[in-house]
Amino acid sequence: MYLFVIRAFTRRSAPFGTMAFPMKLSDKLAILADAAKYDASCSSSGGKGRNSLRSGGIGSTEGMGICHAYAPDGRCISLLKILLTNFCVYDCVYCVNRRSSNVQRARFTPEEVVELTMEFYRRNYIEGLFLSSGIIQSPDYTMEQLVRVARTLRTEHKFGGYIHLKTIPDASPELIDAAGRWADRLSINVEMPTAEGLKSLAPEKDLGDIRSAMGRLRLSIDEAKAEKKAPKFAPAGQSTQMIVGADAATDRDVLAASTNLYTNYHLRRVYYSAFSPIPDASKILPLKPPPLVREHRLYQADWLMRFYGFRADEIAPPGDSGMLSLEVDPKRAWALRHRESFPVDVNRAPRDMLLRVPGLGVKTVDRMIAMRAHQRIRYADLIRLRVPVKKVAPFVETVDHRPRGDHESAALQRDLREPAQPDLFG
Amino acid sequence: MLGVRLDDASDAEAWRAKARALLLAEVDPSQVEWLAGPDGGLFGSDDAMPEPRHAQAPAVPRDFLSLVNSVLAHSDPRRHATLYRMLWRLTHGERNLLAIATDDDVAWAHTCVKQVNRDMHKMKAFVRFRELPVDDGTVYVAWFEPDHDIVTRVAPFFVRRFTGMRWSLLTPSRSAHWDGTTLSFGPGAKRGDAPSGDALEDLWRTYYASIFNPARLKVDAMRREMPVKYWKNLPEARLIPELVRDALPRMQAMVEKQPTVPRKKVTPLQKAAVDAPEGSLAALRKQAKDCRHCDLWKPATQTVFGSGPADARIVVIGEQPGDQEDLAGRPFIGPAGKLFDRALEEAGVDRAALYVTNAVKHFKFEPRGKRRLHKRANAEEQAACRPWLAAEIDRIRPEAIICLGAMAAQAVFGASFRLMAQRGQWLDLPDGRRAMATVHPSYLLRLTDEKAREEGYADFVRDLRLLRNFL
Repeated sequence: MYLFVIRAFTRRSAPFGTMAFPMKLSDKLAILADAAKYDASCSSSGGKGRNSLRSGGIGSTEGMGICHAYAPDGRCISLLKILLTNFCVYDCVYCVNRRSSNVQRARFTPEEVVELTMEFYRRNYIEGLFLSSGIIQSPDYTMEQLVRVARTLRTEHKFGGYIHLKTIPDASPELIDAAGRWADRLSINVEMPTAEGLKSLAPEKDLGDIRSAMGRLRLSIDEAKAEKKAPKFAPAGQSTQMIVGADAATDRDVLAASTNLYTNYHLRRVYYSAFSPIPDASKILPLKPPPLVREHRLYQADWLMRFYGFRADEIAPPGDSGMLSLEVDPKRAWALRHRESFPVDVNRAPRDMLLRVPGLGVKTVDRMIAMRAHQRIRYADLIRLRVPVKKVAPFVETVDHRPRGDHESAALQRDLREPAQPDLFG
Repeated sequence: MLGVRLDDASDAEAWRAKARALLLAEVDPSQVEWLAGPDGGLFGSDDAMPEPRHAQAPAVPRDFLSLVNSVLAHSDPRRHATLYRMLWRLTHGERNLLAIATDDDVAWAHTCVKQVNRDMHKMKAFVRFRELPVDDGTVYVAWFEPDHDIVTRVAPFFVRRFTGMRWSLLTPSRSAHWDGTTLSFGPGAKRGDAPSGDALEDLWRTYYASIFNPARLKVDAMRREMPVKYWKNLPEARLIPELVRDALPRMQAMVEKQPTVPRKKVTPLQKAAVDAPEGSLAALRKQAKDCRHCDLWKPATQTVFGSGPADARIVVIGEQPGDQEDLAGRPFIGPAGKLFDRALEEAGVDRAALYVTNAVKHFKFEPRGKRRLHKRANAEEQAACRPWLAAEIDRIRPEAIICLGAMAAQAVFGASFRLMAQRGQWLDLPDGRRAMATVHPSYLLRLTDEKAREEGYADFVRDLRLLRNFL
């Protein structure tokens, strides 16, 4: 009897999460933040501005998100990113919280999440809350709990900060409507770039269900935007995440999937998450992660598609391995494949062509265009504009500069080595 | 040399007043010495400003005024003089100066603005309030050390955000206070004036340590965005050395650890089975969801199956779903669907009594930026979809069928059907059903000539009236 009591008290919780004694809040936070960190999104931007001047409450969003801290993984900490619970009835192979994993389990009450959010927010640690959850009992039950947290924050605490809710595709449309009413952003993860990848790694998820839920979200978001008097619906739009390197999909597959998602559902962002080793990994998974630079290249490519007018098939042209070069960034790689389009005359070229010059960003290009209405751009101006001259010079022409011909071009071609065969599965 | 004194070195109003007076008096920038704040005390007061030579100062671009506002917050002691020189150049023949990004003064000003904005942004990010109990409640107090004189500029942000709290922002040069209704500014403070800790910081550190992923150490990226100079005022920063040190061993341990077998069986979720008896319309709908008879499903959202009562007396067949139908999964809800609804109402036909479907059940489109341009399904795709349409008609057994547009008409009457010649006439199908074709509402939407559109619409409504006999 005595022994039993001692054991019960020294073990804060039973190993499988069946909690004989209530877990400390800090222990729950450690487990449920750890379980949430594989979701790359932490953005708190987008949407209409909102502040507390009239409500007298706490919280604001002003369009541009704020990163309140950075972790040593280089990632921004903007939101309190946690799961309501990491218990889950699904068995997605890549996920640390899959039902067959032996990780320690925990569960917050909605009230605990509300309290943590408010207390962190008051101290200016965070921009708001990003709440996700394992699926417990049923998709509707889980979604209802998430909605309850958001509703309590908004109505009982007059919380004006950012709320991002993970949306469960199978939840009923009424619950998703309610989520959109209180949240700034909703997201549904497509998880894998291809339908086959999803089927093999996330057997309970269905690409059709995910797309159909995203379609409904887009209609609701568009509708709320079109009519001023319509009730608010996720004013910061929807986003998604794809895991890279856990299946055999190529970068071309990934970018094709992103293009489809941006076009079909007007997503604000597609996040790419290089599959990262997790505690207690499934046997089916590669144990070794893909190189982090692969994820970086995909973000660069995504950026080129969204802001620089590139199409996916220009970045990952049909015919080759379908993988982006790990050594050369995708913009430079395109330029090297299209030497015939260069050099670009910075004094004459249209904006969309200037944007294709490696090393020239949107801001610099716009400054050049404003400037050249009044005076001709010279080589020294490039330096004053702080462009990376070494990188840019071979691709541009100024009043007093023309890149030398073959010699330099040959050196550049050497730079574009064959992309190293990515080492996917160790 | 003319000495011009400013009490508050970053007060934009004060600088503008002096600069305006100098400009009116045509004082060349090289003749002005700007003296600001305590350093200006040598002179005590302004030299007498020369008599104005103009009645009115020339107009200055709005961009310049906002530039002045930002640049004055910068700590560079040359800012007053440089801004006046820029003002002078703007009003003495160089009106487009600000567009010349490579000009030394302009480049300098842009750099100042960038640094001030970054400083303000980092202050919004890295201020950490600590709770201070007072007699009548709680005040949240933060100590922060900005690089530039930004407190007055950034304080309104904190008012908008923390309206419902009482708070104080303390910095070495100024302080700002919000009592719930009024914002006030005071002199600089010392670190010791703010609380030295907060009970919640342990929990915050727990979060910081747990959200960090040791498998992807990128210390340089962290330092770039959260420079070390800020660390001393960030409660979480003291964890960084330990987290970095342990990252690699933690990751190796994860990789080396053998996969485990589940210790406990969690029952998988049983998805509620849709009640769809074999051979029913509902079963058909379910099958069609995963149709792969052609490639149209690949970029599309979903199969847009017909909708309406399973025992409808009339089946309406359109051509193919569009953007909105693809997103919603229901036929005829977009612009063409709305026109169809309006025409039905005018014709006195209740849409709820109709079963509405399409000849092709997936949206075919070409992506163009963020838009999806409608493309007509080709003969192969139309043929691949025909079994679904046939099965729908077979399950519903309607008395009449109405085809909207040529694609639907040819699916029902065969390829030789000529829509414009045979529209609006009931024809008998081999199975004894009556069928009729009319135009597709999207055809009416495409007509640019208003008169033609009105006439076309009237004809369309007249055709739809023929349906009333079956209801």
